[in-house]
Amino acid sequence: MAHKRREMLIDPLVDNNPITLQVLGICSALAVTSSLQVAFVMALAVTLVTAFSSMFISMIRSQIPGSIRIIVQMVIIASLVIVVDQLLKAFAFEISKTLSVFVGLIITNCIVMGRAEAFAMKNPPFESFIDGIGNGLGYGLILMLVGVVRELFGSGSLFGFTILETVNNGGWYVPNGLLLLPPSAFFIIGLLIWAFRSWKPEQVEEREYKIQTVETH
Amino acid sequence: MEALISLAVRSIFIENLALSFFLGMCTFIAVSKKISTAMGLGISVMIVQAITVPANNLLLTYLLAPGALAWAGFPDVDLTFLGLISYIGVIAALVQILEMVLDKYFPPLYNALGVFLPLITVNCAILGGSLFMVERDYDFAEAATYGLSSGFGWALAITLMAGVREKLKYSDIPNGLQGLGITFITAGLMAMAFMSFSGVKL
Repeated sequence: MAHKRREMLIDPLVDNNPITLQVLGICSALAVTSSLQVAFVMALAVTLVTAFSSMFISMIRSQIPGSIRIIVQMVIIASLVIVVDQLLKAFAFEISKTLSVFVGLIITNCIVMGRAEAFAMKNPPFESFIDGIGNGLGYGLILMLVGVVRELFGSGSLFGFTILETVNNGGWYVPNGLLLLPPSAFFIIGLLIWAFRSWKPEQVEEREYKIQTVETH
Repeated sequence: MEALISLAVRSIFIENLALSFFLGMCTFIAVSKKISTAMGLGISVMIVQAITVPANNLLLTYLLAPGALAWAGFPDVDLTFLGLISYIGVIAALVQILEMVLDKYFPPLYNALGVFLPLITVNCAILGGSLFMVERDYDFAEAATYGLSSGFGWALAITLMAGVREKLKYSDIPNGLQGLGITFITAGLMAMAFMSFSGVKL
């Protein structure tokens, strides 16, 4: 059992990553990654919300009537997100300003709903909690990877500390401005997916059309 | 009037919900394989967005904002912390009502959009639109314009994306990049193209 739980925690990191394989929760993954600190807070918030919403939904899963389950899940998730939002406003106001609407958008983050629907409705609370943490971490991993690339090469720093001295501050590094703009997030995630799938070839998608070589004599 | 037109142009092209705020990405990637389905989804998003943003604006002005309950005799009550849960409630309810109305009075449209309507409740573009409306303090007229035009912008983006992907499936893409990977890179290139609107001022 302990072995299975560890697997549940580690599996979503690479083998069944919510972003690169299940295509869930991409919206916020792209928008909050221009600085690492913000990405870190976002990853933490999503992990907590996923874990606790899965746990609570799993606790009452046998009481929820099938026809209104989406609304019930929505209410639980929205309440948790309000708690997170208020906590951020109270203790980390600057970061909550930068995250702006994206904290609220955790409600519609497909990871949270997806795990509630696919896992928590069928499994006991503790397993659901672990599953939520695992998926939150898988999401966080991608967020941090993208954040590292974007902040390091876009503004020459990590977590706000200067790593590469930029030209503006009298250093040598000319920052790549594109990395701070939205499109770069798409490219980085696209390339990350390529890297993940070259490492784990079983994740490669089937082609709809195959190019056939016709032999000519 | 001029201000509203400029707001509309800005929210369709420059601040496109899909390509510069990445909202509704899950469906944007998942449902953009065929132009016809993408267009159906785009139109439903536009309709829902055009209704929910002004509706949430009314909700905010008359129920949630600080002092908004003065008409009921509670001038000191501030319910803004209930914002998130009320907006999502309004969205879920309106989508449900829209589904029933379409089913009863416009069956062909219902059959065309049917499968997408429930999906829209959890589309971040819809909730995002309402949250941006709150954050930017739009009044009712601005909220209505913003809802319609940001929905249109999203529909435009997903239809274009589907157009590109329909051609893309015939091309020879490296194995690991096949499918999801190349879709992201395409979306990135489209986002760059949309960025070139950013100098436009009306």
